[in-house]
Amino acid sequence: MKYWTLTEADIDRIAVGCGILGTGGGGSTYHGSLRAKALLREGKRIRMVRPADMAPDAQIIGIGGIGAPTVGIEKIAEGGEGVRLMHALERHMGRKVDALLGDEVGGGNGIAPMLTAAMVDLPVVDADGMGRAFPEVQMTTFFIHGQPVQPAALADADGNVLIVTEATTPKMLEKLLRASTIAMGCTALMTTAPMSGDFVRRFGVPHTTSQAWSLGNAVLNARAAKEDPVEAILRQSGGMRLMRGKVTDIARRVSAGFNRGTLTVAGLDEDAGRSIAIEIQNEYLIAREGETIITMVPDLICIVDSETGRAIGTEELRYGLRIDVLSMPAPVLLRSEIALESVGPRAFGYDFDFVPVGISADAPAVPQYEEDA
Amino acid sequence: MLRIGVDVGGTNTDAALLRGTEVLATVKSSTTADVTSGVSAAIRTVLAEAGVAAGSVDAVMIGTTHFLNAVVEGRHLEKVGVLRLCGASTRSLPPMIDWPDTLRPVVDGGAALVGGGVNYDGSEIAPLDGPAIREACRDWRARGIGAVAICSVFALVDPRMENEAAEIVAEEMPEAAISLSHRVGRTGLLPRESATILNASLHTLGRETVGAFRSAFSALGLNCPLYLTQNDGTLMTADFAERYPVFTIASGPTNSMRGAAFLTGLSDAAVIDIGGTTTDIGMLVAGFPRTRSEGAMIGGVPTNFRVPDVYSFGLGGGSIVRPGDAPTVGPDSVGFRLPEKALSFGGDTLTATDIAVAAGLVDLGDRDHLSQITPDFARRMLAQMKASIETVLDRMKPSAEPIPAILVGGGSVLVDGLLEGTSVSLKPDHFGSANAIGAAIAQVSGEVDSVVSLEGTTREKALESVVAEARARAVEAGAAAETVTLAEIEETPLAYLPGNAVRIAAKVIGELRA
Repeated sequence: MKYWTLTEADIDRIAVGCGILGTGGGGSTYHGSLRAKALLREGKRIRMVRPADMAPDAQIIGIGGIGAPTVGIEKIAEGGEGVRLMHALERHMGRKVDALLGDEVGGGNGIAPMLTAAMVDLPVVDADGMGRAFPEVQMTTFFIHGQPVQPAALADADGNVLIVTEATTPKMLEKLLRASTIAMGCTALMTTAPMSGDFVRRFGVPHTTSQAWSLGNAVLNARAAKEDPVEAILRQSGGMRLMRGKVTDIARRVSAGFNRGTLTVAGLDEDAGRSIAIEIQNEYLIAREGETIITMVPDLICIVDSETGRAIGTEELRYGLRIDVLSMPAPVLLRSEIALESVGPRAFGYDFDFVPVGISADAPAVPQYEEDA
Repeated sequence: MLRIGVDVGGTNTDAALLRGTEVLATVKSSTTADVTSGVSAAIRTVLAEAGVAAGSVDAVMIGTTHFLNAVVEGRHLEKVGVLRLCGASTRSLPPMIDWPDTLRPVVDGGAALVGGGVNYDGSEIAPLDGPAIREACRDWRARGIGAVAICSVFALVDPRMENEAAEIVAEEMPEAAISLSHRVGRTGLLPRESATILNASLHTLGRETVGAFRSAFSALGLNCPLYLTQNDGTLMTADFAERYPVFTIASGPTNSMRGAAFLTGLSDAAVIDIGGTTTDIGMLVAGFPRTRSEGAMIGGVPTNFRVPDVYSFGLGGGSIVRPGDAPTVGPDSVGFRLPEKALSFGGDTLTATDIAVAAGLVDLGDRDHLSQITPDFARRMLAQMKASIETVLDRMKPSAEPIPAILVGGGSVLVDGLLEGTSVSLKPDHFGSANAIGAAIAQVSGEVDSVVSLEGTTREKALESVVAEARARAVEAGAAAETVTLAEIEETPLAYLPGNAVRIAAKVIGELRA
């Protein structure tokens, strides 16, 4: 089996890429990349493995953070949450876990599984359940395709571990986990039910860590060569630039625990005279130009700084920022009829059907897999 | 009230003497290696120029980059013992994990992560572990460590554990300087802890520097109170500055923006500070600089100090001009060597100042040296410089509405006429000493940033108690209690939480106690 063993430089690239795939949300990659690099310095290893290379009957669990970002920056993880989660599940199931993955590649959760994997020396599967960031647990390709709701588990920094043995629906699981997270001080690590290697190969969004690495690599190389990092992202992603412009208005509101808002971007240079409005619910969901919807969820709307190519989160938006609004086709799995029920515009309360932009293609694995581990 | 404001920069020390709102005199002199002799000289000159006796001065306010330079250069810093009150939590990211490798060994005196800390709702993570604290103290004491930084998880929700821990440390290490995170920073454990460690590390230098200022002042015959300006442009007493030197660390840009506001009477405007090497553009909102949403990097250390949201780029009086098909200005500069390098002074380098001289915007040096600059080229370069300022200005503005712009700093001669996107572009008298004037007119503030659970209380009561704490801090820092007013209040419900927790940040401002 071919592995890709990560270096500190890889972590930097993956962090930049996860920021872009966060589509405005997904949380900061800062704590995760600090921790990942510290683990590598301690001599631990982080090995990635392609989903196709997993044994069909391998047991794989998804790991990710849940909670309020404001709390997470203060009550930082203890570090062993993931190990406790995994061991609790193993005891419950009576069998070992063989590999980990992230349910969400966007933002900090793209790095979260690597930390636990390094501590227990298990591989991380180069796949996730979103190919971007979404706000809720049930919005993964795994749940969409019948991942069992139980057993799921939650662990906090203080040593509490909770196993959910029965939940009626994925949406109910989301509610249970969120309520328990509040009892745990509003920040916790979660895992959903174990999946087989075969299931992940069929229903995971493939090579999204590779994709994050390639995006980050393109940005960092372009910066080092004093070239345009946004052009580099476009070349790498096969996405398109909706507009180069500046933020002219950002209207925000908080409702039902979500940060919502509308962003207005006015075109600059060859886009002068155009204007795009983007609707936000934690992530960038819908882009309109006049009456025309030009990109909609689950296709990705990524906003990056025009000069540096750095992803701009929804919380950083303010008048005058020079940004490029990019659109990337959602992975194949997110565009299916069944997926759109959970992650299409109607799932977010919009009264229209999904119209795709661009051609959906799965990201290739990085060439580093060809090297022997 | 007769006040002297001093701004100690890396190159120049500026002083300004004000009576009430009238500027009596300003001077610019060179910063000296020992800092205090330069400050003494500047004060002596400004007093002599205005014919005012030292004894009649009511207050001196100093803004200094001295402590910032100490951190940047990694000199005069003390080793610090770090006490984190966290229970099991937070251990994945130990103290100073994101410090530069050059600075960490200079400051790191060892960390103890012990039982303690609270959750966002004030409930205890773990009881305070007194014995573990004593053990850490004995180790630090044996190793000659004299400064301790204490940081509790959610100290801003409930600071009691930090206070209790401080009492224990004081028993074990009676000579130690103790810095508490809830007095230093904002929400965000790592950056607040780092700021607390920096503060502890600067403790001896703070005491020595403030002491040196005090003795220099008595030598000058000044017997008035001494204040230092903080990052937000407000004042703290010298006593307070001795304990919290880290609060002075980013005060420079703020002083210049506050001075610009004072000189023009504008409270909402863009401030464009053009120096020899860089242009700094910031926004005044209600008389104070708008702050960055991210915290400041201090000597490579991420902190969460609120510092002015200033965009700096390489354009100044000394910027090097390269003619050709696509002529450029800067970002490199001849800097402080302008008087020997610039063409108009007989040097060999074409600078932005030469363009201004050629265009007749300023009368400096000898225009005969500038025959190679055609009027058309000068016009073109001035337009280019102006356009680069306008682009940054537009990026910084709060909205598309035109706003007034204030030009300060020696390089502001480069700009002629109205800047695009502005309603008026002002270049006030004394524009070169705006920073010293900003220090002289500073007020006193108090700030609290806290996450408050609304269970068992009301929103109004929670707001009230946060504001009361901010007032107490302002008074402690030297404000006259009856003048303290609320300047800013921010209320943010926490995302993904039910409606019972809210982050409240309050800032109050008052006049200096006479």
